Amino acid sequence: MAYNLKEVIAEKPSRFTAGHRMCAGCGAPAVARMVLRALKPEDHAVIANATGCMEVSSFIYPYTAWTDSYIHTAFECAGATCSGVEAAYKSLKRQGKLPEDKETKFIAFGGDGGTYDIGLQSLSGAMERGHDMVYVCYDNGAYMNTGIQRSSATPRFADTTTSPAGSVIPGKMQSRKDLSEIMVSHHIPYVAQSIAVNNFKDLYEKAEKAIYTKGPAFLNVLAPCPRGWGYPTDMLMEINKLAVETCYWPLYEVVDGKYKITYKPAKKLPIEEFLKPQKRFKHMFKPGNEWMIEEFQQEVDKRWQDLLDLEAMTNKEN
Amino acid sequence: MIDKNTPAKDLTIGGNIYEAGNAREFKTGDWRSIRPVYISEKCKQCGLCFPVCPDDAIPVGKDQLRKDFNYDYCKGCGVCAKVCPFGAIEMKTEGED
Repeated sequence: MAYNLKEVIAEKPSRFTAGHRMCAGCGAPAVARMVLRALKPEDHAVIANATGCMEVSSFIYPYTAWTDSYIHTAFECAGATCSGVEAAYKSLKRQGKLPEDKETKFIAFGGDGGTYDIGLQSLSGAMERGHDMVYVCYDNGAYMNTGIQRSSATPRFADTTTSPAGSVIPGKMQSRKDLSEIMVSHHIPYVAQSIAVNNFKDLYEKAEKAIYTKGPAFLNVLAPCPRGWGYPTDMLMEINKLAVETCYWPLYEVVDGKYKITYKPAKKLPIEEFLKPQKRFKHMFKPGNEWMIEEFQQEVDKRWQDLLDLEAMTNKEN
Repeated sequence: MIDKNTPAKDLTIGGNIYEAGNAREFKTGDWRSIRPVYISEKCKQCGLCFPVCPDDAIPVGKDQLRKDFNYDYCKGCGVCAKVCPFGAIEMKTEGED
């Protein structure tokens, strides 16, 4: 069935409610909500959530913003927790202790800190063991919850509290880890990189595929943070759009090892467009710092070209 | 609802909460300093605004049409006003007409 945004929103009630305490203009709630909307209404979900912004602000006792079963787990174990519950569910189902006709889906949410850094081992383990689950990383590019410390998802040159740009260092000194690629290397059935743009078609369809693909799936979604990135709260959707149009955050999916780039900008915008509105990159626009923008652009170009090559290579006939 | 004023004898066993999605009872509308105003005559029901709301404060009916804002939750981030191509959402300072 073709995607129809209005139908999806009208027919599928939100499974991530209002009344959560994420910041005004945060990019993550809309992502979580749309991912959960990809569930069939009759299916139940078990959600494991690593510590992070989303956890501390959606589950403040005695309130919960989740309408499905929800487990808060420590920073490093969303993957392990989710896979454990999935294994228990499979066992109970086999023993006939759960109704045959009811389906439960397993979804883990983690920020980039809980996924790229601290939770990487448990995520890797869960994926390798082949559990029927989806891990969704909402990547806001730093430890925003604790005060904007750099993570391995933070792009090079970004100004954070632990990589302050000044006369000694030019912001973060290392390049961003490419987690989606690491997950592809696990040779799991489904890996995708997405973002919330336009009518959310890309995100919804990838979430649906991830949830209803048997076996482990991984979804990496960029979720801008107005506070940490330093842009006005109302710019959320523009920032998302620029991330895609500059190829900073390419949209693609890898199904059984085959790459498919789901959106190729007709005209790739220069990376300045994405960097300019963000305060964390402000120092890059100072006179004498042009080399930073140049190197940033080179890195983006290289990764985009690699992706194009991978797509061509994995889709070759024979 | 359990809060800091709940007497101990009224607590559930283990302080458990039995209701999923009860964050709805926590109103975040008082965070707002600017307020989106919906101008329904200009609205073409294009559907760009309601999925972007981080706070689910733009209700959509079964008729697939958006309704006026739910100010109980709107935090006034302004994302909806910025994505509206028809100028059907205006941001106004809270307390001013």
